[in-house]
Amino acid sequence: MSGEVIKSLIVPAHPHPVLCPEKNEGWQRIRDAYDEARRQIEESDADLIIIYSTLWPSVIGHQIQADPNPKWVMVDADFHDLGSIHYSLRIDSDFSHAWNKANLARGLESRTVAYEGFPVDVGSVVALELLNPNNRIPAVICSTNVYSNRAETTVLAKACQDVIKAQGKKVVAVSVMSLSNRMFTEPIEPHEDRIHSLKDDEWNQKILEFLSEGRLEDIGQLSRTIHDQIRVKKVVAFKPMWWLSAMNGNRNDLTGKVLAYEPIHGAGAAVVVLDPESNGTGDKEYDEDDVDFYGGDRNVLDSGEDDSSPSTNSGPKLYDPVEGKNTVNTNKAPKPVGAYPHARREGDLLYLSGVGPRQPGDNSIPGGPIKDSNGNPLDYDIKAQTKAVVNNIARILEEAGSSLDKVIDVTSFLVDMDRDFSGYNEVWAETLGKVGPTRTTLAIRALPTPIAVEMKVIAKV
Amino acid sequence: MAKGSIVAGCLAPHPPHLVYAENPEQNEPVSEGGWEQLRWGYERLRESLKNIDYDVIVVLSPHWQTYVGTHFIGVEKCTSKSVDPVFPNLFRFNYDLNIDVELARAIHDQAESQGMAVKMMENPDFRVDYGTIVSCHMVRPEWDKPIVSISSNRSLSYYSVEVMQEMMLELGRSTAKAIEESGKKCLLLASNSLSHRHFVTETNPPEDMSKEHIASHAMHLWDMRMIEMMRQGKSQQLIDEMPEFCEQAIAEADGGALTWLLSALDVPEQPAILHGYGTIIGTGNAIMEWPCHSWEE
Repeated sequence: MSGEVIKSLIVPAHPHPVLCPEKNEGWQRIRDAYDEARRQIEESDADLIIIYSTLWPSVIGHQIQADPNPKWVMVDADFHDLGSIHYSLRIDSDFSHAWNKANLARGLESRTVAYEGFPVDVGSVVALELLNPNNRIPAVICSTNVYSNRAETTVLAKACQDVIKAQGKKVVAVSVMSLSNRMFTEPIEPHEDRIHSLKDDEWNQKILEFLSEGRLEDIGQLSRTIHDQIRVKKVVAFKPMWWLSAMNGNRNDLTGKVLAYEPIHGAGAAVVVLDPESNGTGDKEYDEDDVDFYGGDRNVLDSGEDDSSPSTNSGPKLYDPVEGKNTVNTNKAPKPVGAYPHARREGDLLYLSGVGPRQPGDNSIPGGPIKDSNGNPLDYDIKAQTKAVVNNIARILEEAGSSLDKVIDVTSFLVDMDRDFSGYNEVWAETLGKVGPTRTTLAIRALPTPIAVEMKVIAKV
Repeated sequence: MAKGSIVAGCLAPHPPHLVYAENPEQNEPVSEGGWEQLRWGYERLRESLKNIDYDVIVVLSPHWQTYVGTHFIGVEKCTSKSVDPVFPNLFRFNYDLNIDVELARAIHDQAESQGMAVKMMENPDFRVDYGTIVSCHMVRPEWDKPIVSISSNRSLSYYSVEVMQEMMLELGRSTAKAIEESGKKCLLLASNSLSHRHFVTETNPPEDMSKEHIASHAMHLWDMRMIEMMRQGKSQQLIDEMPEFCEQAIAEADGGALTWLLSALDVPEQPAILHGYGTIIGTGNAIMEWPCHSWEE
């Protein structure tokens, strides 16, 4: 049993898509996007929806809803004339209590709440009403602490991950929020709605560009700037991206799709879906402390024309994969370090060249290189490297019309068996271990690039 | 019809801890007391108001936050349960209150005529915010007076303290004019604390007074400065210093209630009465009264 975040969503909090989508074409498109996100959840094997709502501020640490069935009537403080939303939610209170305990264990102030009549915030009500209208999947709702910083918000997500893994949950993580949050301060007619300013719109577009490229961690690290630029200083800062990024392992290579972007009373409302499948790109140019997947020098100032530039510290000269009879090559896998193809088909079998964790495009190494350009050892994350290897294998197999579940034999090479076997083995168990190929693991002195793990694969077509 | 009047204006902070500590029958939780300095301050305020005749309580609470103008409850009867989303362990209060919709609309209309963005709240499912309930309960636990409930427009968030004050000064003038034209006698409540830096942990039990104190010395200095200005009738100076106060003391007066009150009282030069001061989870709270009914005597 392996728990994980299988989908992440960014959704708006305003009640308009629930109560009156027909009054404005943009509000209807937000509603349609919400419906599409709901369909995607229904088609997945998700068994829990976790809401981080910016509209539920807390002071005493974080609060987690633990009432198994909170129900009441929600009326928006501003848009009360649009009507009421009668809600009756299904909460996974076992998970809520476990998350609370995990928060406390990681040093956070935290508590659960379970009181009749507790006012579930408008954002959570709207999101669950549209994403999970029949309570098919239980939910968990967490507050936003008004004083928490990035580190605290990140730890909150890591504590949540602890429980997800322990309980083997398949989770949809939802941040309920606006992008730009400046509304018109006077009533407007529905047809007059637009993003409040050009500046807000430009920033929103940039945020959505990043998200559509799967660059969630970059958005997380831009949060303070975004907050300064396009956020009215209400109770909470632009924190949900910190939480959502940490829930996804602080990655920049998610597969993102913007389902809708529209104004709601001037604020930027977007429905964005982020799937954990790697989009094949690596980390980008931003970095802060405590990033799990630091990719080393990001080559920010380089022209990027020469992938073998020493500044990338990713090893020797790169080659285009050799083309020939029965060869399989793809630009979604890293370039070879010699004259050979990514794979070769013989009969109904595929023989892959040794696959490492380097990323196609920028040649970066998830989890970091094992040494710098002068040969000095660096700390690195073997699990991140191993995950990247498996992802690269998957892309080559996909190019050949095969897939991970058709792998039949693997030979793995580790440069530091004592240090890395455990982490490598853990990722293996979560990925190829579920398929069940035969496996041999060897300790070797070095690999051509500054990586710690490589795999040689045989698979069926 | 005789002219209406404001019989008194009060700074009436709304921490739910005070209702929690008094264990009224409407509230579910129970406590062993706590925050006596403030609760006895409210007792003195109630005693001061005991012989004053008034028809309506008009209250502006920072916990009904609106961003699209200033709103007024326009439903005559409000019955429901108020649960504080921040301190639900302390405040789960069953309320049953009457709204003076006529006066609410009169203030609404007057403010609108002065160019303000205003709106009547007429959804019967709307839940009254806990700030309004706490302040009204502590001032008049009998719940035998109708109220006018005014939202806190968060113009400070969008613009600045100065803009917030300009709007609240106008709302205060509109409130006073509408009251005068209504012929009603009104008690005005500004439902806010002073310095507003919370502790981020809670003692067990919450009423453990050995842990209660102001969040910082700077907050104490600001609170005393503001109280002293009120005690000396320096309302204009208080308004002038409000931007610094809001910024440096993270003051809950940023919601506009105190400025609105002072404006409705015509920026009084008469001294206010301090009935009590105390801290609640680190925030500074003062119970003040401007006894307008006595000023003409």
